[in-house]
Amino acid sequence: MQEILVQNELSIEKSRSGRRGIRYAQVHKHAADYLPDGYLRKQEPHLPEMSEFDTVRHFTRLSQQNYCLDGQFYPLGSCTMKYNPKSYDVLSALPSFANAHPFAPENAVQGTLEILYNLQELLKKITGLSAFTLQPAAGAHGELTGILTARAYHNATGGQDRTQVIVPDTAHGTNPATAHMAGYEVINIKSAPNGCVDKEALQAALSEKTAVVMLTVPNTVGLFEPDIREIADMVHNAGALLYMDGANFNALIGLAKPADFGVDIMHLNLHKTFAAPHGGGGPGSGPVGAAAHVAPYLPKPIVTLQDGRYTFTETAESLGKMKAFYGNIAVCIRGYCYLRQFDAATLKEIAENAILNANYIRSLLKGKFNAFFDCNCMHECVLSINPAEMNGVHTSDIAKRLLDYGFYAPTIYFPLIVPEALMIEPTETENKEMLDAFVAAMERIYEEIKTDPQIVKDAPHHHPVKRIDEVSAARNPNLHW
Amino acid sequence: MFIANTKENQKEMLEKIGVSSIEELLRQIPSGFLHPSLDLPAALTEEELTTHLRDLAAKNKPLKNFIGAGMYEHFIPAAVPALSSRGEFLTAYTPYQAEASQGTLQTIYEFQSASCALMNMGVATASHYDGATALAEAVLASARITGRKEILISTLLHPHYKEVLQTYTRHMGLTIVEAKVQINGTLSLKELQTQLSDKTACFVLQTPNFLGNLEDASAVSAAVHAVNALLVAVVNPISLGVVQTPGEYNADFAVCEGQPLGNPMSFGGPGLGILTAKESYVRQLPGRMVGIAKDHDGRRAFVLTLQAREQHIRREKAASNICSNEALCALNAVIYLTLLGPQGLKEVAELNLERAHQLADLINTVPGFKAGTGAPFFNEFLVQCPVPAHQVIEKLEEKGIAAGYDLGRLCAPMTNCLLVCATELRTEDDLKAYVDALRGI
Repeated sequence: MQEILVQNELSIEKSRSGRRGIRYAQVHKHAADYLPDGYLRKQEPHLPEMSEFDTVRHFTRLSQQNYCLDGQFYPLGSCTMKYNPKSYDVLSALPSFANAHPFAPENAVQGTLEILYNLQELLKKITGLSAFTLQPAAGAHGELTGILTARAYHNATGGQDRTQVIVPDTAHGTNPATAHMAGYEVINIKSAPNGCVDKEALQAALSEKTAVVMLTVPNTVGLFEPDIREIADMVHNAGALLYMDGANFNALIGLAKPADFGVDIMHLNLHKTFAAPHGGGGPGSGPVGAAAHVAPYLPKPIVTLQDGRYTFTETAESLGKMKAFYGNIAVCIRGYCYLRQFDAATLKEIAENAILNANYIRSLLKGKFNAFFDCNCMHECVLSINPAEMNGVHTSDIAKRLLDYGFYAPTIYFPLIVPEALMIEPTETENKEMLDAFVAAMERIYEEIKTDPQIVKDAPHHHPVKRIDEVSAARNPNLHW
Repeated sequence: MFIANTKENQKEMLEKIGVSSIEELLRQIPSGFLHPSLDLPAALTEEELTTHLRDLAAKNKPLKNFIGAGMYEHFIPAAVPALSSRGEFLTAYTPYQAEASQGTLQTIYEFQSASCALMNMGVATASHYDGATALAEAVLASARITGRKEILISTLLHPHYKEVLQTYTRHMGLTIVEAKVQINGTLSLKELQTQLSDKTACFVLQTPNFLGNLEDASAVSAAVHAVNALLVAVVNPISLGVVQTPGEYNADFAVCEGQPLGNPMSFGGPGLGILTAKESYVRQLPGRMVGIAKDHDGRRAFVLTLQAREQHIRREKAASNICSNEALCALNAVIYLTLLGPQGLKEVAELNLERAHQLADLINTVPGFKAGTGAPFFNEFLVQCPVPAHQVIEKLEEKGIAAGYDLGRLCAPMTNCLLVCATELRTEDDLKAYVDALRGI
């Protein structure tokens, strides 16, 4: 059928000269009366002219072309798409918080500072680390903060010649990219056949040049490093620091403290474990914690409590600033809400149920879609398929077909060591009925692969657009109107 | 509440898995680590949490705000949060599955387009953490492009931006040199010309600068390009409703803190880093970008593109490690710019100009106070006070006014200098109240 309303018309295509969405108070004089001619804008910006109603309808219709956590199961591995409580939306946006200026007198922002201080304290308690900075704006920003903290530590303690960061081949791409941004040489090490750290390879890579070893715990194949304490000792014996990527902390919250593993520095993702929404890609918040010997090198400032008053404090050893101002405060307030809504016993149950749900899916899919490592997993399970046994169907096809059944797709083709990977993280907030429905969809897709693989290869069929040729976008990039 | 499984569910699920208890699933974690004691406070109900947060919010003191210094209080039309808070936007992830994320992808494409339009530049990314990190990324890209190691920056660059730039460049073999300033609070073009050389990778120009003054950007640009260095402009996005754009003065990169475009100040974050560049630098840019592609039926569709620059493909060879960005803040910005259109943007910019100049004129009627430095300014300006600026701030706080940013925090000679901002939100009555309060000092 011919489309009458174009689905993805751009705002600029809807624009009509003279249409207005907002009106401001009259001015007495104009720009030319205040500024020299050479300082004035000559060319009007090519922005749409739309009414408020046009704008509302435009963006509402766009929103309806999205899958989202509120609407669909979102089993995106490593992304911890757990429910984002509505009360946090309201509370983090209270006018006194939203309208606080970062340079307001400290007297005028004691409420915000109290939250930040207490969030630092709560994060210290659940990790066992000595200090936290709330400054990093995202997980990768937290990684960079952590590695630069390590660098400041080494520079101050005679470790200037440590020029290498060791990263396992299962790591998120952000880990090696971070180490490079911090000016380090990246040493990649192969994982053991069980997906965990190959201790021999690690020992061989460790030297007096090693500054940091970056590990994700649980790792990206969904397994806990069983020898983490021994690994930490190896790292420390070499004079290096152990950095823990806490992207997967939802598996551990309340169950175990990273400080006990021997972790020196780690980041947490408030937009994963701590239920802040992802917003279509951000903003996040990636607080970084450090053990006592490294803590003074964290970014400045941190919030302290002095004589009953909350205030910003700087250490002389600090690495400096990672961003302007103090962090993604609105996201930090959500993280604080989360940690106040659950006691220690409930946090532990959260981790346990995240683990239970992942294992449940893994068990039910066994025989049709198998886990790459045939053992119990933590909060996510990583499946692998062999297209030769699947009538030529690839992981990307299964992902697209899941969209047709009303589910967002798992993370695919990651970790890189797993062929045709499907990484599924259900989180604790999904109920059994939803997990059963997801498994039923996967089973249906399995049947389709056996009987009518083309329907899977051509998926999705029920979306605003069909399968997109992504290569076509890169060839002649069209990045703006 | 947060955990969906009932005890009955758990029992059934454990049976299917073939284990007798959840404990059995935890056996991969060495038992010595398990179940540490956690000294956490008692759990609050939603109602208790609401009361607790409202009590904390009440500890913040609302002040009539005259502070700018990198974060600006502007009017946010109701449609902006009404649309961006829709769960379909708020609770979506990064649009990895394009077919189920066309809404987010199209809004990012429109954001990139609006950013290019605002700045008059050829290409924009999908957003960065804030203005300071966007600047750092632009500077790193400039060094990659030119192969040069010296970064020349305006002394009147925002102090936090300077610190972030130090953090990002310190270990990359780059050195930062500050360009000198003249008495009217703008760059000295003469000094700049002597400081620029064939070692200069880029010059970082902030206009309006940290004192609120507009720079002669065209002259600066000519000087920078004369030594084949790149010009990185740091601007105020609202000012671009009336002020010459980076594209018009031939900037190579232009960045800004996009918070003024429909985002609340939120005590400094989340912010919105807008990064734009000349089109020829597209493959040197860090972070996500959305482009137009075709679907199987030849229809227009939107996708994440040019991903070969990014960390998940290139790992340690990536242009940056950035992954999560500030998508929701970018959505606020594009909704804001769509509502305003070219005319609204011009009107709000003129209103800022007018209110700030009215306030400066009023302040100049108060004995002992002098507003402005003689250079053109937008919505923010320097005020020399007869007493240290922090005293002015303390006095005005008593009257419910946030007087400005204490420039004495930067250096001792500016102890008596206050940086004052008036946006369109400050009414003529507010301006009068401010000046009346000054008279009482």
